[in-house]
Parts: sequence; structure tokens; C-alpha cells
Amino acid sequence: MDIQLTINDIVLKVPEGMSILDAARTVNIDIPTLCYLKLNEMHYNNNIASCRVCVVEIEGRRNLASSCSTPVSSGMVVRTDSLRAIQARRAMVELLLSDHPKSCLTCAKNQDCDLQALASELGVRHISYEGEESEFEIDTSSSSIVRDPNKCIRCRRCETMCNDVQTVGVYSAVGRGFETVVKTAFDLPLSQTACTFCGQCIAVCPTGALTELDQVDKVWKALNDPNQFVVVQTAPAVRVALGEGFGLEPGTIVTGKMVAALRRLGFDRVFDTDFAADLTIMEEATELVHRIQHGGRLPLLTSCCPAWVKFFEHQFPDLLDIPSTCKSPHEMLGVLIKSYYARTLGIDPKTITVVSVMPCVAKKYEAARPELSQGSETADVDIVITTRELGRMIREASIHFDHLKDQEFDHPLGESTGASVIFGATGGVLEAALRTAYEVLTGETLEKVEFEVLRGMDGLKEAVIPIAGRDYRIAVIHGLGNARTVLEKIKAGDSNYDVIEIMACPGGCIGGGGQPYHHGNLEILSARAGALYREDRSKTLRKSHENPAIIGLYKDYLGEPYGERAHQLLHTTYTARKKI
Amino acid sequence: MCDTASPNQFVQKLDDYIDSLTHKKENLIGVLHYAQEIYGYLPDNVQWHIAQKLDIPSATVYGVVSFYSFFTMIPRGEHVVNVCTGTACFVRGAEKLKEELENQLKIKAGETSPDNLFTLETLRCVGACGLAPVMIVDGKVHGRMHKPQDINEVLAKYRPES
Repeated sequence: MDIQLTINDIVLKVPEGMSILDAARTVNIDIPTLCYLKLNEMHYNNNIASCRVCVVEIEGRRNLASSCSTPVSSGMVVRTDSLRAIQARRAMVELLLSDHPKSCLTCAKNQDCDLQALASELGVRHISYEGEESEFEIDTSSSSIVRDPNKCIRCRRCETMCNDVQTVGVYSAVGRGFETVVKTAFDLPLSQTACTFCGQCIAVCPTGALTELDQVDKVWKALNDPNQFVVVQTAPAVRVALGEGFGLEPGTIVTGKMVAALRRLGFDRVFDTDFAADLTIMEEATELVHRIQHGGRLPLLTSCCPAWVKFFEHQFPDLLDIPSTCKSPHEMLGVLIKSYYARTLGIDPKTITVVSVMPCVAKKYEAARPELSQGSETADVDIVITTRELGRMIREASIHFDHLKDQEFDHPLGESTGASVIFGATGGVLEAALRTAYEVLTGETLEKVEFEVLRGMDGLKEAVIPIAGRDYRIAVIHGLGNARTVLEKIKAGDSNYDVIEIMACPGGCIGGGGQPYHHGNLEILSARAGALYREDRSKTLRKSHENPAIIGLYKDYLGEPYGERAHQLLHTTYTARKKI
Repeated sequence: MCDTASPNQFVQKLDDYIDSLTHKKENLIGVLHYAQEIYGYLPDNVQWHIAQKLDIPSATVYGVVSFYSFFTMIPRGEHVVNVCTGTACFVRGAEKLKEELENQLKIKAGETSPDNLFTLETLRCVGACGLAPVMIVDGKVHGRMHKPQDINEVLAKYRPES
């Protein structure tokens, strides 16, 4: 039922139960807020009214009300722009700033910070309140996420993400009153918790309290080392988001400019993680067929996502035999660069630095996993930077990104198909796998390569696909909370899936914790996904097994898919971990 | 306050209590109360154990424990001495009572004596305003605690006979 109310003299009708803040947005009044977070696609809202910035005046009420948590009512008369509301809002921001480091110029979130933007919008010119300032230790224990609780404004968006959406539960508000801050259990460093390093807390943090571990200087150092041969690879989701950092519309494909920029930065080779995505399809599809033929355990779970891998290691340590043993694509490419490609060039793998540009902060942690290296001295991947960090390097190098002429990836490890491009969106891995599985198992050509049923932002998508006389029951999941629900069913024996794709982040890698900040606007994710599917359509080759460089790689070096050498280089193991 | 059973018996007792609850997650505060009664305090490993049993994140348990002043993560002495600092007791000299206790026990409020016998804490109104100022030892209220001699006599009851 619709309810009529008045906001700033505008009469409007909105559904019952809607908050004043959302009602105001329908008539283009943006009430500022720092804690409110609406995740429609995931059915979660953070409207705990902790920041108090969204206060409005309601006729007939003595006190100002927080518009994010107050539902509309019939005949309500609201003013968002009264002197009292404006002054209160400004006072709230001043109070937040009074206990906030004044180090904006050197903060990792400088010019990308909601608190800073709000202070600017509200015209805060001085801070009227002087008082105690919190002092907390900065947590740099992990290889992915840096926590600076001094910059925390207790909005608790990270808690909503970590506890409700991802069901990892690393964060909680701890303490009381002025001392309250969002922390981990028993103040443990993040590296000792069940944190998956998905980085969704970073994606929603309005300030610089949560940021990625910055590796840009390590990359500059490698690029300036004359004894290092520096190879870069880029994940599928980077090319459809990098442009946002340069003012381009979300969903703009900048593959060619990105390659050109990487060459300008001085990388010796620019390869594509997409190549390894095609390789992953070859390995994972073969692994699935092998399990089915040899009575192995089903379902097979994809293992491209390092946050998801860490999630099951902590939360389901008794199910370690069901995920695929395939390394993630960038790790596969890393090891091939240091073995196959080093041999081709005739250089010592120790003189090669592999840099991965990823939409993800968990990949930083993944690269540091001890089993993902060939001996103690050469990790498969040496440095991981995020889409955001690459954007910063390009700016630092004074490159006019949007004026760059498109360039192509280097051969052979830069060749890819449309199947690998869509790895970046939820459902993409299985869609790519089906394109190959169909043709391999039936020996027929697949005419319609799009599997629309696997696309879109639903948390759980299911399909039964008949191939060569057998029905394949498949599921596609994004978000770790959705994954938990299905894993519980598998554990209880209530599931009959054959294969499941799981990605930790909303929307898949396009919504990764290392992507340009979406500031709560999740429509950006759909635009990025749309771009990946466009890029797929624009490719001549759209099936992984048709990639000539992949065919060549197996012929010259790897032998059979899922064979001995493939096992040695492209597959990995998992470790049971404690739930804390 | 402190149970004399072994740590294994503590865990068994706590698990039995949790198993007896129909609603587990919803009863976190009750479980924490019970655990503190057995252990005397709530160390990290007990909080972690409760989190596993109730299937909730340990950070959530830690958040709740850190919020309520009743819960303590530091071991307490055998006897817990509380001074009421509510309005009536305050007016009638709670501050002096607290200072006298700090003097006699040779510890500050919030601390435990080196021999682990006493922990001194403060709390708000216990509803015995007619007896103000009051001190509470192991839950027993002692009223009109004005004179150092009276305070000493109460404490003496809890000291082992030598």
C-alpha cells in the first residue's frame, strides 16, 4: 500500500515501510549518510543509524529523526533542509572529525573517502569540538588488508558485509561508549582470524579504516631493477573497471588502453590471465569428467576464488576433498611464466618477477601461500596489485590514460577466448566450462554458446544441462553466505549437484574488493558484467579448447590435460584451518 | 564464586548447560553469566568455546563480553568486594568507603590482590539505599560502612584463619 507524505514541500507517494531516506531519493533528494548501505541484490541493509548524519526534522516531533531507520507514515511532513537539520548534520560530522586523524593528504582514501566528501559538501570549515582522540594500533599483519581503527567511524558497514552477507563474522563492535570500535575477536591480528580477505569490508568502508596492503612501490622497484625481467598479467574483471578511475563510464571496456599503459610503465611482457582461464577450463573440465568416470566425489566446486578457498578451509575443513584441485588462473599463469616461458626465453626463473593485476585483495594473500611456489625462492606470482593500485601507478607515471592508443597483449600467453573473459562475472566460469564440455563430450559443435540461465545477479542460480545423454546439475553462487547455505546442504547429504561455481564477492570478480569503489551503487556491477559479455561477443574464438596457444602449450610442454606435468604445475592442495 | 572443579569438569558443566537450552544462540548472555560463575572470569578460550557451541562468530561473543561491565576477562580473586557508587551511597560517603577498602586491601578498584584473595570493584545502585553506604562481598550486602573498624571486621570474615 502506498503512503502519502511531504518532503521539503514535495508531495510524494511511496510504499509503506520505506525509510524516509529512500523515499527522499525517489524525488531526487539525497540525504547524506555515512553508515547506511542498501544491498538490494543481497537482501541486506545496514541502517543502524549509528552515524546520525541523516537526521531530518519531522513536523510534530520534538527530536530530529534518523531518516535511514525511520519509516514513512501517512501525512508525515519532513524537512531535510531546515536550519536545525543542517546544523545538526554539520555538528555530527564535526564530532566525527574531532576523533578522526587529520591526515587526509596522506591517507590511502584521499579523494575517495565518504567522510572527507561529506565534510566538503557540508562546508565544514572548522571543528568546534576538541577532545580526546582514540589511539589504536594499526593492523598490518595480513598480506591483503590493513586495518587502521583510528579512522573507524563505527558505521559498522564492514560488520554487515562480513557477518551478514559473507557469514565470516570476523568483525564486531567491541567496548562501550567512546571506547567502542570495530575489532576482531580477542583483538587478534587479522592474519590469525578466519578472515577470507575477500575485501568486501574495504569495498564498503566509508573512510580509510580498511584499505588494501599497498604493493605499488614493490612494483616500481622491480620495474627499475635492470636484472629483473618483469612480466605482468591482468585478470578479466580489471579491463571493465579500470576506466572508472579515469572518469570513464562504468562498463567501458579499456583492454587496449590498459595494455598500452602497462607497456608504458615498463613491463617487459604484458600477458593475460584470460589465457590461464582458458587453461583452467581445460583442467577443471577434465577433472570433472575424471571424477564422474572414476566414481569420485561430487559436486566439484570451482577453486578460482582465493577468498572462497580460505572460507571452506576455515568453515568446512571436513569437505576439503570436494573443491577442484586447480590453482587459480593467475597462479597457473605465474608458474607457467617461470617454467615454460622461462625455458622458451632461456632465462633463469629467479630473474623473472611476475606481477598480477587483480580486482581482488585476497589474491595478495593467495600469492603468499607457501604451497604456491616452486621452492622457497620463487613464488609462482611475486606481487599482486589491485585495479585501484594500477590506476594509481598510471596516474603517478603521468600517463593520459584516455588518450592511449589500443595495443594487444603479448604472445603466446596473452591469447585468449571469449570464454575466459566472462570468468570475471558470476556464472562465467561454468558457462565457459559448458562450452568446452559440450563439444568434448558430444563431438558436436555448440551453436548457441550463451547460457543465459547462468547470468545475472541472483545469489543462487541452478540449471540442469543435458550433455551426451547425461543431465548435469549445476549451480552458480556468489557471496559467501549463499555458499554456506549450499555447503551445509552438501554436508548433510541433501544436495545432488554435479558442479558448483562459487565466487566470494557480489557479482563475482567484477565486484571484487580491489575494484574502484562503487560507494554503494551496485548498478555499477551490472554495467561491468555487461561489458564482459560484450567483450566475449566481440571475440572470434569463444571456446577455451579452441585457443591455439592452449593447444600449443599442451602439445609442446604440458602433455595431457590433468596429466602428470599438469598436476605438478597447475594443481594444489588445501589446509584445514581453525574457525575463529 | 570460583568453583573448585577441574578445568575439564568446568567444560563439561558448561556444555551440559548449553545442551539443556532450547534456544542457544539467543541465550548468549545467559551462557556467559553461567560460564563466568563457573570460571570466575571469561578468558579468550572460554569465549571461543562458547562461540563454537552456539555456532556464532567469536568476535560477536567478544563484543558482548566487552560491552557489559559485569563480564570480566581478567581472573578475579576468591572473593569479590563491590562498592556501590549509586546516588544514595555516593551522598553518604561511597568514595570514602572505596578509599578505605583500597587502603585496607592495598589494591585499587578494578584490581585483584597479589594473594588472589580479593578483587575490588564498583557497581551502581543495588537497591539497598536505606543502608547506604554499602559494600557487597560475594553477593552479600553489608550496610552503613562508615567506620574503618567495621570494614575491617567484614573483610576479616573472608580471610583464612591463621
